[in-house]
Amino acid sequence: MGDYTVMKIGIVVFPGSNCDRDTYESLTQQLGAQAIYLWHKNHDLQDCEAIILPGGFSYGDYLRCGAIAHLAPIMQEVISFAKKGGPVLGICNGFQILTESQLLPGVLLPNAELKFICDQIWVRIENDQTPFTKQIKQGSTLKMPIAHRDGNYFIQAEELKRIEGEGQVVFRYCNQEGQSSEKDNPNGSLNQIAGVCNIKRNVVGLMPHPERACEKLLGSDEGKQLFESLLG
Amino acid sequence: MTAQDLKQVAQEHGLSNEEFQKILEILDRDPNLLELGIFSVMWSEHCSYKSSKIHLKTLPTEGPQVIQGPGENAGVVDIGDGWAIAFKMESHNHPSFIEPFQGAATGVGGILRDVFTMGARPIANLNSLRFGEVKHPKTSYLVNGVVEGIAFYGNCMGIPTVGGECFFDASFNGNILVNAMTVGLVAKDKIFKGLAEGVGNPVIYVGSKTGRDGIHGATMASDEFDDSSEEKRPTVQVGDPFTEKLLLEACLELMQEDYLVGIQDMGAAGLTSSSFEMASRSGSGIEMNLSAVPMRETGMTPYEIMLSESQERMLMVAKKGYEEKVLEIFKKWDLDAVVVGQVTDDGWMRLKWEGETVAELPIAPLVDAAPEYDRPCKEPENLLSNWEMNVDQLNFSSDYSTVLKDLIGSPNLSRRRWIYRQYDHMIMTNTVVMPGSDAAVLRLKELKQGIAVTSDCNSRYCYLDPYLGAQHAVAEASLNLACSGAKALALTDCLNFGNPEKPEIMWQFREAVKGMGEACRQLEIPVVSGNVSLYNETKGDAIFPTPTVGMVGLITDIQNYGSTAFKQSGDAIFLLGEAEAQLDASEYLAWVQKKTCGRPPQLDLAMLASINNFLLKAWENQLIRSSHDISEGGLAIALSECCLLSLEQKLGAHIIFEENTDIQSITKILFGEATPRVLVSCAPQDISSLQELARAQGIPITRLGSVIEENLKIDPWIDLPVAELFNIWDAGFEKHLKSK
Amino acid sequence: MKAKVTVRLKSGVLDPQGRAVQHAAESLGLQGIQEIRLGKVFDIELETTDETEIEKILETLATKILANPVMENYEWEIIQS
Repeated sequence: MGDYTVMKIGIVVFPGSNCDRDTYESLTQQLGAQAIYLWHKNHDLQDCEAIILPGGFSYGDYLRCGAIAHLAPIMQEVISFAKKGGPVLGICNGFQILTESQLLPGVLLPNAELKFICDQIWVRIENDQTPFTKQIKQGSTLKMPIAHRDGNYFIQAEELKRIEGEGQVVFRYCNQEGQSSEKDNPNGSLNQIAGVCNIKRNVVGLMPHPERACEKLLGSDEGKQLFESLLG
Repeated sequence: MTAQDLKQVAQEHGLSNEEFQKILEILDRDPNLLELGIFSVMWSEHCSYKSSKIHLKTLPTEGPQVIQGPGENAGVVDIGDGWAIAFKMESHNHPSFIEPFQGAATGVGGILRDVFTMGARPIANLNSLRFGEVKHPKTSYLVNGVVEGIAFYGNCMGIPTVGGECFFDASFNGNILVNAMTVGLVAKDKIFKGLAEGVGNPVIYVGSKTGRDGIHGATMASDEFDDSSEEKRPTVQVGDPFTEKLLLEACLELMQEDYLVGIQDMGAAGLTSSSFEMASRSGSGIEMNLSAVPMRETGMTPYEIMLSESQERMLMVAKKGYEEKVLEIFKKWDLDAVVVGQVTDDGWMRLKWEGETVAELPIAPLVDAAPEYDRPCKEPENLLSNWEMNVDQLNFSSDYSTVLKDLIGSPNLSRRRWIYRQYDHMIMTNTVVMPGSDAAVLRLKELKQGIAVTSDCNSRYCYLDPYLGAQHAVAEASLNLACSGAKALALTDCLNFGNPEKPEIMWQFREAVKGMGEACRQLEIPVVSGNVSLYNETKGDAIFPTPTVGMVGLITDIQNYGSTAFKQSGDAIFLLGEAEAQLDASEYLAWVQKKTCGRPPQLDLAMLASINNFLLKAWENQLIRSSHDISEGGLAIALSECCLLSLEQKLGAHIIFEENTDIQSITKILFGEATPRVLVSCAPQDISSLQELARAQGIPITRLGSVIEENLKIDPWIDLPVAELFNIWDAGFEKHLKSK
Repeated sequence: MKAKVTVRLKSGVLDPQGRAVQHAAESLGLQGIQEIRLGKVFDIELETTDETEIEKILETLATKILANPVMENYEWEIIQS
């Protein structure tokens, strides 16, 4: 285990973000990392070396999830940070914002059953070459909660083939044993996709909440491995 | 307006002749329309508690742990180490029947504001729901709308919805109940109240702009429904959780500073009740310029502004000279905040509009002289005949496995996952015991202690015997907390009844409050906040009286929390308590035999208190691995739940009873109800310590059997694979909801 | 035959969605917008060509499903195919 205080992690706060505090507390209290909040109206990333877009309902998600947040001043900086290869993680609403910003391929549609779903699920690690999965063995499973209304991953058929071919699928919904089939798909996502990365692997988005799975007392500490990968 | 016209208008505002005369006395002149409107909402049942006050006064409200009792936005109790819990439950029944999604959503929004105005960050929501029969044509639509509305608001706000209840009965066909509860965490030295003190201090309006939403909402909530109610629809409010989330963050940020004197939510009766209540509590006066109020629509009148129930608004009084600092914080969060007036010292409310004084009312007489009625009470004529059970006319089945499957998949006993899966119940990373157990358990970051929260009421018991039924509500809530390893601190109540002008309804109310008070006194659980919802009836048919109890308990060390599910095969199962089970008033009788009759079980509150204490000790010393109170559905259902909640573990139980040939008495053993009775399981090596502790505390304890794998065996009557029961239990709710 | 049903919020009813879109437009620097309100459009294809019958279908559809009279108005038009 390395010195987790070395890297400064920025957590972007949009109006309507509601997992910003959970993410901050898990990073600082469960991992001993150094984290700060970045206000959506600002342009300064304050020398952060990694950026997390947390879950929530940015701007109420009243138009399309993430559609308005990607216009926020801070996002211009996040986009150029990402283009320079800086590690960016989007969790839930953060994932939606990254797809709306076109930093990640695809789009998150309303869940197949058109209801909000909050549940414990398992995902399988499909790519261990990203900053957030590099210490997790490919093929291993993580237990994490999901909580979203729009998590149904969709992409055009040709694009789907391309991202699968390029290894851009990072997380796939699966059962406890690591087998992934339509049965374990909570929301109708194509190919049970729970999270993807960009071609350069530095931008990652996923629907499950690793920050909620950092303590055994709450049911799982397996989400911690994403942050340990980043910090280690 | 002529005197006759004025009288007519007063009547249309729901004011009685007597009340109208009182207004004339107070003012010593005729009121104008705006003033009349203000009187009508302040004196509505919803705001003045005029029918209920006389009874509510009898409830115990004090205790060493109580920091704030009833009368504020929410009650507050001490949990040690400088921290406190603020909580309250409130009804949004009528609006939810008319527009289920928005009604339920704004109900959640309202109760959240009540809690965060106290300075508390909300950490959990609960809701207690009552719907008509599942097969009633409107039920499915109402359930879907209400659950989605609650989910929409709570999820967007980022507050976990961790528990609640949902009960179906035909008495709710025309009036559903949506009772929402919020629990917040607050530093003891940062508690805010709804005060308007300090002459010259600015009165500030913050939050959403004012529209014509919900005008007459407070008077509507005090009206019985009839066919034209559906036409009253344009007054329904629309919830905007995004704005409320900003309001929450802005208010909590502001409360870290030293700028505020007082703050109050604009709930029912909006600007009127918030301004009058704040001034009344402080014995001050307020002068407001209504022209300065941010408006969403053009052409609004002072009358509409004062009576609007637009959501997501707050009224606050700041320290003079700090206006700019306050406004700056709201600007940061993109919220409207405007100085609309100032505090005066003469005890009058003066409202200005475009430079003119448009209303001038004395505050104390209007608030304190609000009518108070001791309405006549009369025992319902069918009370005693309802207690009669003609057992001989019933058909009892000896196929107990089938009866168990029927019950465990029934609308009232099946798994509630369909509901709570739509609620974000894990956000804020505090939820230790998820929905579905006896109570939800939350840890509190950076504190050793945790809390357990629950809401309870058996509406059927309350209908058959309101006094006893209300006692059962308090008892079961406290038992649910004890089963989670928590000691009850205090409760909030939400009293849902029919039309109080009917003596039989008023009798139900009086008896329920009496019963609740008695249980609270004996169990030493004070009432710290609450709400009354009357006129829950349609075309003369009243709901089952439902005094819902929301309760918060303290777990001194979160590591020792308790839960319902069996934990390990080989553990011993015990029964605590020896109250005799009965089929009268039971869920079995209602669902299987389709009969609502019999007198609810008698309740030994002293024994219940001892069992609560015993459970706390057993959890503190980690002597037990599970505990679950036996309530609706009796022993067989409680045992099944202990197995089913072990989820992937698929644990079962093996219980042995003596041979018996009397079908009726076997049915009573399996499905009969009685309180207090609790199932606990413990590791084999702890059996003697557990029995020792029970003996020392005078608790009857009986060994029933053991935890096993895979099957639920109640010898010699039932043997079922837990997996089979699981599927029925898990699918039951949705199946009933979708079947026509 | 084709038909179109448009559902709009009644005037005066709070429209958080419309306000959010307006906010986004402003943050793009677009000026001169007074208010944006959201509505829904339903495109409907019908088997029947009988206008009276279509009117009945559309009216029922609009009042019973598509619009919530609590807070929405609707209008429909028949588009010749």
